[in-house]
Amino acid sequence: MTINPDWYLGLSVVLFAIGALGVLIRRNVLVMFMCVELMLNAANLTFVTFARTLHDIGGQVLVFFVLVVAAAEVVVGLGIVVAIFRRRANATADDLHLMKG
Amino acid sequence: MSTLSLLTAVSAATPTIHTPHVDYLSILPLTIMMGGALLLMIVSSLFRKILGVGAGTAVAVVTSVAALVAALFQWDHVITHGPQVTIAGAIAFDGFDVFVQITVSIAMLLTALIGDGYLRREGVEGPEFHVLAMMSASGAMMMGAANDLIVIFLGLEILSIALYVLAAFNHKRAESGEAALKYFVLGAFSSAIFVYGIALTYGATGSSNLPQIADYLSKNVIASNGVLLGGLALLLIGFGFKIAAVPFHMWSPDVYQGSPSPVTGFMAAVAKAGAFAALLRVFVSSFGTVRADWQPIIWALAILSLVVGAVLALVQKDIKRMMAYSSINHAGFILLGVETATTRGVSASLYYLFTYTFLTIGSFAVITVMARDGDTGHLISDYRGLARRQPMLAGCFAVLLLGQAGVPFTTGFLAKFGVVGAAEATQAYVLAAVAMVSAAIAAFFYLRVAVTMYSPVGLVADPVDAHQGAGPDSTAFGGTAVGGTAVGGDASGASTVSADGLASLRVLTDDPPTDSVTERGIVPVPALTWVALAATVSFTVVFGLIPGPILDFAHQATLLFT
Repeated sequence: MTINPDWYLGLSVVLFAIGALGVLIRRNVLVMFMCVELMLNAANLTFVTFARTLHDIGGQVLVFFVLVVAAAEVVVGLGIVVAIFRRRANATADDLHLMKG
Repeated sequence: MSTLSLLTAVSAATPTIHTPHVDYLSILPLTIMMGGALLLMIVSSLFRKILGVGAGTAVAVVTSVAALVAALFQWDHVITHGPQVTIAGAIAFDGFDVFVQITVSIAMLLTALIGDGYLRREGVEGPEFHVLAMMSASGAMMMGAANDLIVIFLGLEILSIALYVLAAFNHKRAESGEAALKYFVLGAFSSAIFVYGIALTYGATGSSNLPQIADYLSKNVIASNGVLLGGLALLLIGFGFKIAAVPFHMWSPDVYQGSPSPVTGFMAAVAKAGAFAALLRVFVSSFGTVRADWQPIIWALAILSLVVGAVLALVQKDIKRMMAYSSINHAGFILLGVETATTRGVSASLYYLFTYTFLTIGSFAVITVMARDGDTGHLISDYRGLARRQPMLAGCFAVLLLGQAGVPFTTGFLAKFGVVGAAEATQAYVLAAVAMVSAAIAAFFYLRVAVTMYSPVGLVADPVDAHQGAGPDSTAFGGTAVGGTAVGGDASGASTVSADGLASLRVLTDDPPTDSVTERGIVPVPALTWVALAATVSFTVVFGLIPGPILDFAHQATLLFT
């Protein structure tokens, strides 16, 4: 049984949309990070699918770049979260209201 | 013996891997910048106790100068040998690339000079500031040199991740951490959108390499390819976040206000230089054949940035927020040159970026010293009477503000003239007209700061003070009314703008009138900050009077495009 690559593309679009909505709607900073990861992985799935349909290994190599960057990004992000929320009970984005305008 | 024979057997069995030839000159400034950062990090962790702030500054200055010299060698090479593509097509070695390397090297040099005084004043030990700034600068350089979408992405991330940490650098201020988290969440969000854009573009064209994409698009006429258009739009959104173009600008006022002042200047100059370099290369050279699809979007982004940036800057009482909106306004002007997609437009955009680097870093040098210990004195009213207390500092700031406003005989005027002229040459009259109106509104808020500096403290007879009766924000109130009526007629985004303006006005009027008009004494200006100020001011004035060399430089850089 073969699966049409369009299904994978559809899945990646759904994942990307869930991730983007999550970043915009959820207020917990850690959940927002996870949603960004979901968006990056949607992009990875798209890369692999297109690499398969185009018979080009390049697309699969690009996934590694994205994975490494995502890891680096999370390290820095968690560092910032720890630095800010060390003295607070929960990590809610709504608590960040020192600057407005 | 047996392992050796095994090794030879294996090497005979596997086909040889052809590694690409590496032209080291093409990545020399980038390598120097990254190497300087790594060297400083290792040396300073070995000799933590001996080395102070000064050692970090020295390494950063030497590295930036070395990168600048290397970039000048590159320029010489490009002039004689012409543009070329190296390292398996991943890096473009052309005039455009070298122009970005030079801009970023200078920005890094100026930031190192300003950062030194800041770090000493705030008592922040260690060389991490310079390490991170140099890393970030190398990312911007990579974006300028990148000839492949994934290399642009890598450059973007090296630039951004170091900047997230730099924004959080002053751990004594709660705003600093908040700025970092806001920047991080929106930065990561925009990076994810950008990567998805790369994935869709790769799927539609079969390559992530910019010349190959251009090649594909020129050979295949695509009437309506959803995947390609989706990729194009997502790439544009990703760039829009990085250059802080309206409507992707929400992060920038908070981040500019919260970040340490030298970092804000660096962010404004280097992040914009890197992102605009990549934007120009991707859209003008790679997607040049489908320009009918993206030009209207850039057109809308430019108009919105010009109008929203200028109008919202009028109502700010914090100078760093004002500079944030002013930089949104500048982004609108640079987008004017992108929208034209002509050689003239690209060279005007490059010239604008180059002069903007000096103007913005110089302005933030003054803002840094004016903020005093704790990095808090950012109200525009804090600048009242500065001209009498410190005429030199006020004079420098006035020149830099006038330059940003685009007053004749400064580089800022030529920059604005260049992009508006390029837009006019492509019959984009509406865009040019909105740009000129926006420049007039922008002149008002720059001059407001200049007038505040030159007006004496506590004299009720003074017109500005009399106008200020209720508190320091009444001038801002009057300013909005002027801006609102001036823009209302000809801008599509005027309704949202005035709504935003009203919201911030309500915030302003609800505040109790703060009396920060009191004389605050003389602020100390470190010697290295004077050097940076002298460099930026003299650049602005000298090349405003003798525009030829830099204009030629930007023009030649554009012609030597791969």
